[in-house]
Amino acid sequence: MSTNPNILCKSKAFYDEFTRKGVDDVITTHYCPGCGHGILHKMIAESIMDLGVQDKTILISPVGCSVFAYYYFDTGNVQVAHGRAPAVATGVKRSRPGSIVISYQGDGDLAAIGTAEIIHAANRGESMTVFFVNNAIYGMTGGQMAPTTTIGQKTATTPYGRKVENEGYPIKMSELISNLDAPVFVERVSLADVPNRNKTRAVVKKALQNQVEGKGFSFVEVLSACPSGLKMSPVQTNEWVKATLHNIFPIKNFRDNTATAQSSFKKDASSNKEEVLKALNLLDQTTDYKPSVDKSKFADQNVRLAGFGGQGILSAGSTLSVLAMYEGLETTWIPSYGPEMRGGTSNCHVRVSNKRIGSPLVETPNVLIAMNGPSLEKFESIVKKDGVIIVNSSIIDKKVSRKDVKVYYVPLTQISTDLGVPAAQSVAGLAAYLAATKVIPVEKLEYVVHKSLKRKELADKNISIIRKVAEHVGGQ
Amino acid sequence: MQKEFIKGNEAVVKGAILAGCTHYFGYPITPASEIAHAAAYYLPPFGGTFIQAESEVSAINMVYGAAGAGVRCMTASSGPGFSLKAEGISYLAGAELPCVVVDVMRAGPGLGNIFPEQGDYNQVVKGAGHGNYKVIVLAPNSAQEMADHGYMAFDLAEKYRIPVMILTDAYIGQMMEPVKFPSELKRAKRFEWAVYGDKESRNALVTSIVMSAELLEEHNIKLNKKYEKIEKDEVRFENYKLDDADVVFVAYGVSSRIAMSAVDILREKNIKAGLLRPITLFPFP
Repeated sequence: MSTNPNILCKSKAFYDEFTRKGVDDVITTHYCPGCGHGILHKMIAESIMDLGVQDKTILISPVGCSVFAYYYFDTGNVQVAHGRAPAVATGVKRSRPGSIVISYQGDGDLAAIGTAEIIHAANRGESMTVFFVNNAIYGMTGGQMAPTTTIGQKTATTPYGRKVENEGYPIKMSELISNLDAPVFVERVSLADVPNRNKTRAVVKKALQNQVEGKGFSFVEVLSACPSGLKMSPVQTNEWVKATLHNIFPIKNFRDNTATAQSSFKKDASSNKEEVLKALNLLDQTTDYKPSVDKSKFADQNVRLAGFGGQGILSAGSTLSVLAMYEGLETTWIPSYGPEMRGGTSNCHVRVSNKRIGSPLVETPNVLIAMNGPSLEKFESIVKKDGVIIVNSSIIDKKVSRKDVKVYYVPLTQISTDLGVPAAQSVAGLAAYLAATKVIPVEKLEYVVHKSLKRKELADKNISIIRKVAEHVGGQ
Repeated sequence: MQKEFIKGNEAVVKGAILAGCTHYFGYPITPASEIAHAAAYYLPPFGGTFIQAESEVSAINMVYGAAGAGVRCMTASSGPGFSLKAEGISYLAGAELPCVVVDVMRAGPGLGNIFPEQGDYNQVVKGAGHGNYKVIVLAPNSAQEMADHGYMAFDLAEKYRIPVMILTDAYIGQMMEPVKFPSELKRAKRFEWAVYGDKESRNALVTSIVMSAELLEEHNIKLNKKYEKIEKDEVRFENYKLDDADVVFVAYGVSSRIAMSAVDILREKNIKAGLLRPITLFPFP
């Protein structure tokens, strides 16, 4: 008899007593006699101890018989929804990059309801270890067909046997996973007899070791017996696994890049305030802008800018808002909302006020900046009496027919193009509006242009456009 | 501090990051996509995590994992995507995990369109997922509140161990307004229930499964007590000219902005109108 005290001892990665079961029997597992889960649990537990990672391990157990793995494993545990384990494992591992994350899944979980999750976790090469128990049947829910159920196999939902015409073929997950570039290790093993179990034990450890070494995504498919689901004795079931499953699902290594894979370990996010504020562009929030508007006398400005896509309508609108913000006024900007506006008409609503702004919508503007003909036609009638219309006379031949509004005709496209920045034509429209109404001095626009355009040359060109437009309007 | 002129969708992310949010998992959908864009832009430079998940279902489950691991994390979507997240939100509520989910509503049902609507009210406020659970629902109506709610939501989520929804609409998400951001960076605390992958947390178990009927009943009673406390302590609303009002509007999101303008127009016409604006939709004022 051996004197080694470890022999026949339960792994320390298991709880001494399974009190989480919530029943009197805290010694045995809930697994049926002959079930593969207990064997695989033991191999994982022993490997965890071999590798010295018990404290670091977080086991993810989704729906299936192994949803109760947390009864047994004395590690961190997360129980999750059916099929979602690889997504949850992704969240856990990305949050605790120093942890060892195990996704322990059955065939329904991994190969049916959770197909997307496993494929994409594998494809991202998440640093995790997946144990996939393939027993060709749904155990927990009562012996229904699994995606890995064999052709002709009778189950609760294939009472006449699985038919290719109706259910397709058994899905081969190791083959699928090993078609992806990212996984570092993919192997199919079996628990059907002792030689296979010995091999499985080594593969389980290797798949965990890979994660300890930061090698990436390891996937182990374990062919396993479910005597209850298959309605056979444990011995018969193992024979069936060997005779049937081993033929359909070849026992082999599909990928082993562990020797060449680079170790990589992600770091925690910084919690340094300066670093985070810098990332958010919030470090330098001071401004040397000198407001010039008497806010108490400011009359509400409800502006519509309209033209076609590519004229810079939306950004010109927000430029007005930014200027208003520097002046300490309230302001809102919203694009006229539609799916894809590119190439079509483009317009936005800008409100500026010395009071809190309710609705951001400008249904009756007191200012219309019409950058093309259709915009003038569409919006001329909604401008308030005594309002202002800026007409881009480079493009619009038509004259405004209303007599109760003030109209300025400015060749905005022409001036912008002549001065080298056609994209500034809507900002030119904005300049025309400010020069005409003086609600905010048009020179103040230059500050915003300097702030928003990093390239000095471009900013200078914009400013000469603004000045030229202001001059033009001043002459009207 | 100078204000920043910014979209609601971007403001909520900046607010969240200032609250210590380090992980974002999401899937693109109009009109919420700018939230993902902003998270993808702002998180990586300081070591934060952004993952464009393969689906809304995966995104919410990544949130489940990250929240279970004790970090401040979030996701965002719009109606059709929120429907897909419903399963995950039920699990988050059952496992009592704090996290933040933004829903920038579009029009439905079905694919509907991307125009603003408030048709997600029931699925967000009343619980779209299975089982009896509640979540805190904040309803910002400006870019400033998008930032403020992003900043505050994590504290609420952790105080009660509950998912917090930020329910807004396409207008509030797409609109730009001046926003003043807080200058303090908050950080996630250490929790005794989360899995950290270390010795101290080895016994931690994140789960929503309770096999015994009696224990599940107990769990639900405990959850209900929590919801009652939230209803008692966390109601937020805005009183806009209500005190002498004869006519009262009740509205949230962009509708409340329009109602506010309507109140002012009516007041000019000597009609005493007012607006009750719920800022929390659960708990409802």
